[in-house]
Amino acid sequence: MIRFEPREYVSTRRVIGAPVFAALIALALAAIPIWSAGADIATAYVLMVNGAIGSVFAISELLARATPLILTGLAAAVAFRAKLWNIGGEGQLYAGALAAVAVGSGSLALPSYALIPAVLVAGALAGAAVMLVPTLLKVKLGADEVVTTLLLNFVILLIVQMMLEGPMQDPMGMGWPQSEPVLEEAMLPQLIARMRVHAGLIVALLAAVFAAILMRRTVWGFEIRAVGANPSAARHAGIPVTATFVRVGLLSGAFAGLAGVGEVAGLKGYLTADLSPGFGYAGIVVAMLAGLSPLGVVIAAIFVAGVFVGADSMSRALGVSSYLADLVVAMSLLCVLISGLFVRYHVRIGGSRATD
Amino acid sequence: MIEILDILVNPNFWAAAIRIATPLIFGVLGALICERSGVLNLGIEGIFTAGAMAGWMAVWLGADLWTGVAVAAAVGGVFGLLHAILTVPFGLSQHVSGIGVTLFATSLSYFAYRTALPDVSSPPRITPFQPLDIEGFSDLPFIGAALFQQTPLTFLALFLVLAVAFILNRTPLGFAIRAVGDNPAAVEAQGLSVFGLRVGAVIVGSALMAIGGAFLTMSAFDAFFFGMVNGRGWICIALVVFASWRPGKALLGALLFGAFDAFQVRLQTEVGAFVPGQVFLMLPYLLSIFALVAAARKADYPRALLKPYFKGQR
Repeated sequence: MIRFEPREYVSTRRVIGAPVFAALIALALAAIPIWSAGADIATAYVLMVNGAIGSVFAISELLARATPLILTGLAAAVAFRAKLWNIGGEGQLYAGALAAVAVGSGSLALPSYALIPAVLVAGALAGAAVMLVPTLLKVKLGADEVVTTLLLNFVILLIVQMMLEGPMQDPMGMGWPQSEPVLEEAMLPQLIARMRVHAGLIVALLAAVFAAILMRRTVWGFEIRAVGANPSAARHAGIPVTATFVRVGLLSGAFAGLAGVGEVAGLKGYLTADLSPGFGYAGIVVAMLAGLSPLGVVIAAIFVAGVFVGADSMSRALGVSSYLADLVVAMSLLCVLISGLFVRYHVRIGGSRATD
Repeated sequence: MIEILDILVNPNFWAAAIRIATPLIFGVLGALICERSGVLNLGIEGIFTAGAMAGWMAVWLGADLWTGVAVAAAVGGVFGLLHAILTVPFGLSQHVSGIGVTLFATSLSYFAYRTALPDVSSPPRITPFQPLDIEGFSDLPFIGAALFQQTPLTFLALFLVLAVAFILNRTPLGFAIRAVGDNPAAVEAQGLSVFGLRVGAVIVGSALMAIGGAFLTMSAFDAFFFGMVNGRGWICIALVVFASWRPGKALLGALLFGAFDAFQVRLQTEVGAFVPGQVFLMLPYLLSIFALVAAARKADYPRALLKPYFKGQR
């Protein structure tokens, strides 16, 4: 029989070490699918590492991929801290992207220094607005936000498709379902010339610092953590539980919305319905790997981005399906969940030594 | 108005409604069994995908159709076991574990499909289940046309509604499963294993979810497509709340949903020129959200749902 005895003291080393260990286990487990696909395991790992960090180009790709993951990771991290299960990052990301196109593709004629902030604010507001619906349904009507946020992902994606085939379709797009390009003035500048990493990364890092300060150093952050720890105790202690859920829901949606802005205004330049390869869902993995810590999200996002970029590059060379990346990311989530047990508990296998 | 009536009295409409409802019946029953024992299983979306892929793949590799269904159920059971281990003895967050199982089962299915079939552009087809043609019944007016256009899996689903209702409500096992979802300490006091009941319920429930997925590739269609589950699992989770965790109401909910979905498809052909198609495609998801919200207020959740139980601890 397995028994769990809560640790009285949890060392920081353990808290940080467990997810690192979990990520390494998940990477090691990737050997099984690589082998089953008939590729040479050592070559595959070398190609993955090279593809992720082997050149300036690779690192630029890695950081470009990490940018939306930091933001969707933050979206999950702050919401999960309050036990508000926002699984709708994907939909909120698309809402942000849609707003970025609506504001940035010619409806506002502003210089860069005004248009870029306008696009960012519009995207954040759109993401927040989308998350406000399930949050209100939860606090006012008791509808489980897991299901409503998940189902809204499908609704939002259909709205995006509808707009791209209708009012927002690019008239110069040869009939393809894509939006008009955003104006040059709305584009986030590149950080390295001729590389894809863009100023969205700075936005994401600032968002992480903002979230870290909010959660650790402010009353609102304290309230969010208190509500997550025990909502009824928080209510008895006079914490405005409903307002806290609404605040954290808006913040979470705003982060995911910003991720969509970055993809459109930093990378693609226009919106298509396949903008995100599941950044919203991967954000959940990022948040869990980070132990819901906003600064940890940055590191976890870089790891997950490395898996995606490395696996893509390896996949092109060896013909192993690039779904390998999704598989490793999913396995990291399961591994980090299990590793969390070893942080919080002494895990004893066998034996019958009673402690009480 | 007349057009709407025309749709509703057409047996083909009801045949379509039952066909759309079938995977949901499996899924809602599966989710209901898990939740009655106290475990929310958000692995459902991925388990649907895994069942759809595994069942189809087995048949494509040469197994007969019922073996394919068994393979799907077994694969579903394995993912159920994974979720059960993480949530029952380990007591981890059922939300996060479920999402993890969905991501894992989905990506593993896609990876396996791509690895087995690296270069196909159009998905290979199998010979799916055929409509069950029973001498005499198929000629019955209306009912015959609506019901006997269905494949054996639909009849399995309908039978399972009765079986699950009977087991949950009329047998000691069902009583124990319901009790473990309401008050695990009391079950333990009776000398029953909370661990065994919950793990068993999640495995069986997940196997049913996977058969729901297999229906998609082995009856509704004859091939596996990426993204073909398309939120059906999440819809089932909403329908369980709507059905207040009762198999009979789960059937009703799935059929109403199927009727609504079949109706919107037909409506689309009537007014599709004026309204974008996506509006119609949105309706099932919005309906599920609406059903959840409508039921949420008076929802009588199993009292120990989401609560891990450790021996000798209350």
